[in-house]
Amino acid sequence: MWKNHSKLERHSLLLVLGILLVVSVGGLVEISPLFYLESTIEKVKGVRPYTPLEQAGRDIYVREGCYVCHSQMIRPLRDEVERYGPYSLAAESMYDHPFQWGSKRTGPDLARVGGKYSDAWHVQHLTDPRSVVPESVMPPYAFLSEKDLKVDDIEARLRTLTRVGVPYTETALKNARADLEAQVDPTASGASLARYYGDKVNRRDFDGDPDRLTEMDALVAYLQMLGTLVDFRTYEAGAPENQR
Amino acid sequence: MSENLAQQDSPPGAVALLILSAAGAFLGLMATALSPDPLFRLEGWIFTLAALAGATALTVGVANGRYRPDPGRYEDGVIRAGAIATLFWAIVGMLAGVLIALQLAWPRIFYFPEFGFLNFGRLRPLHTSGVIFAFGGNALIATSFYVVQRTCRARLAGGLAGWFVFWGYQLFIVMAAVGYLAGITESREYAEPEWFVDLWLTVVWVAYLLVFLGTIWKRKEPHIYVANWFYLAFIVTVAMLHIVNNLSLPVSLLGSKSYSAFAGVQDALTQWWYGHNAVGFFLTAGFLAMMYYFVPKRAEKPVYSYRLSIVHFWSLIFIYIWAGPHHLHYTALPQWAQTLGMTFSVMLWMPSWGGMINGLMTLSGAWDKLRTDPVLRMMAVAVGFYGMSTFEGPLMSIRAVNALSHYTDWTIGHVHSGALGWVGFISFGAVYCLVPWLWKKDRLYSNALVEWHFWIATLGLLLYIAAMWVSGIGEGLLWREYTPQGFLANSFVETVSAKHVENIVRALGGLMYLSGALIMAYNIYRTIRQPAPAVLPEASGPIVAAAA
Repeated sequence: MWKNHSKLERHSLLLVLGILLVVSVGGLVEISPLFYLESTIEKVKGVRPYTPLEQAGRDIYVREGCYVCHSQMIRPLRDEVERYGPYSLAAESMYDHPFQWGSKRTGPDLARVGGKYSDAWHVQHLTDPRSVVPESVMPPYAFLSEKDLKVDDIEARLRTLTRVGVPYTETALKNARADLEAQVDPTASGASLARYYGDKVNRRDFDGDPDRLTEMDALVAYLQMLGTLVDFRTYEAGAPENQR
Repeated sequence: MSENLAQQDSPPGAVALLILSAAGAFLGLMATALSPDPLFRLEGWIFTLAALAGATALTVGVANGRYRPDPGRYEDGVIRAGAIATLFWAIVGMLAGVLIALQLAWPRIFYFPEFGFLNFGRLRPLHTSGVIFAFGGNALIATSFYVVQRTCRARLAGGLAGWFVFWGYQLFIVMAAVGYLAGITESREYAEPEWFVDLWLTVVWVAYLLVFLGTIWKRKEPHIYVANWFYLAFIVTVAMLHIVNNLSLPVSLLGSKSYSAFAGVQDALTQWWYGHNAVGFFLTAGFLAMMYYFVPKRAEKPVYSYRLSIVHFWSLIFIYIWAGPHHLHYTALPQWAQTLGMTFSVMLWMPSWGGMINGLMTLSGAWDKLRTDPVLRMMAVAVGFYGMSTFEGPLMSIRAVNALSHYTDWTIGHVHSGALGWVGFISFGAVYCLVPWLWKKDRLYSNALVEWHFWIATLGLLLYIAAMWVSGIGEGLLWREYTPQGFLANSFVETVSAKHVENIVRALGGLMYLSGALIMAYNIYRTIRQPAPAVLPEASGPIVAAAA
């Protein structure tokens, strides 16, 4: 055996080939089944793609690197379920490009933060975290209220997401910008918003300044829907289709 | 006429590179001019200016016939540049780390509401990429170029390609770092750079692989030395991980934003397959290669066991790649995948310690040198920390332990015992070895300063790890503490304020480690500025003289 190894030591391409073979196995066995095993993601009611405004908010969440301190993954452990709510399902992040489960809780988990606080609390907390929670170590995000939300490429963004597997319809894509603006304006018609995303979508001015559509609007809209899509009063964890 | 003369004198590769740089500058300028995205334009300017600078330098060099190949000597210029870049980025990356540690210790002082780009969320990737890819990456590229030439007895292949790898990699670092501050990020841990930066890194990395392999092909030794197996595994596997994990679709070819090709659970496992093997192949295999060259060289002893290094090599690279799912215990990842990840992580303990034993036992018969040679001691301690953190890792990958440790500072402490103790110390040791060899000095400027570096850094490191054990295990226990009535005992923010002292100790530990690096930078500067010795040390002579 030791003698045979000298072949690899004398032929660099054999060595490279050997390395490639050896390091491919693990990934192939572990990752590829996730794409075809149907049991990987539960079939649950309520999970839908993000509305254009929520996706714009999610893009800001991604841009600011919130995941370095906040997880979005509640583990099925007693204290976590009691602190944050029902444990996270794979289905709840099936439209997340990229996933934002996180790996560190310098701040609390946000998987079910939606609806737990008022919009005004979020705006105040993001603007100056220590004015609401004196012991907090979170950075201030006051500048989000100053920046107008970039809306001109929202259709292109959602279209890109369609190409990687998010099922927006052509109508939803065409109406993306109108839907985005309708979500912060309860008086606008926004018919397609409700038709495509359902009537439970939060529609209101989120940042406390109805005259402007800011990045704060989008981020708070995203935070306020996190973890609210699945109705856990009717979800049956023990049902065979949800067993993994 | 002068052009013809220059082309006769210069290798065709230099001229080709000149044309490519000019084309790159043109493409960069066009993309910058046409893009509606201000962030993309910022990166476009950086790329264009870098390509222009490259084209200018090449023009001057080609015109002066500066690139005439000298096949009789090793290519050491690029390694000298790499050693300096290693130190520079070490200081930048660690400075960012100290700043974010201070932000967590004193948020009222170290956050600046008017400068959002200095928020923790943007600086943390700057710190992690700065130390892993900028500091670690430069150490790896520089040492691999040194080791492959010496152990193959061949000049670096590809003429100027080595320099392209060096400067291309610096450009990758600058584009990634400026991007993080500006808010250009994919927000996938340790793979934050956006699609166009990823593409650029792919180009540089393929060139790196070709230069490395090309040098091996030119070798005058029949066998490929063990350090080169590890470098090769590091280069090949990182290429595979980088390409698969960064598959994403840009919104526009003239914009910075892209969306990952995968979503949710699949994205999570792909990312941690990448993430854990960034540790396994970038921070382990590559630095083990350093250990297999510099420890025996410095101790003047052969590697302890040839057979152990074969077993170590193949089992390490086979098992490491499976370990990713231990980052996703108790998540929505299917349990079978978690169990596989945990099993292989525990198995990984064995090859890791095999490597540690092979490194440490190389010192047998030379243990007395640890007393007199602080550089060798630094590398021995690095191997010790490698052993410690590769024991802690499998422990933390056990699901029941992970239930407590995941999401806490314990993970941060674990990473730093590996990164500061193992990666940092073995790199510092290698640079301390390399600088006198490369600049043709008979010794370092001051061994006493190496002692200071060693002790300040070691104490800082121990403070850091201890603080993170206390705060990590502490917060894990506080999160799950119940009152006798069966209610959660602590609100989340109580567990945050409970870590205040530990956060201060951590910042102090990091500052000490950074101070050590600053002492080293001074020592290296003075070493380079020393007058040349009368007799050249052997290792830096021409190729023939270096034959072992």
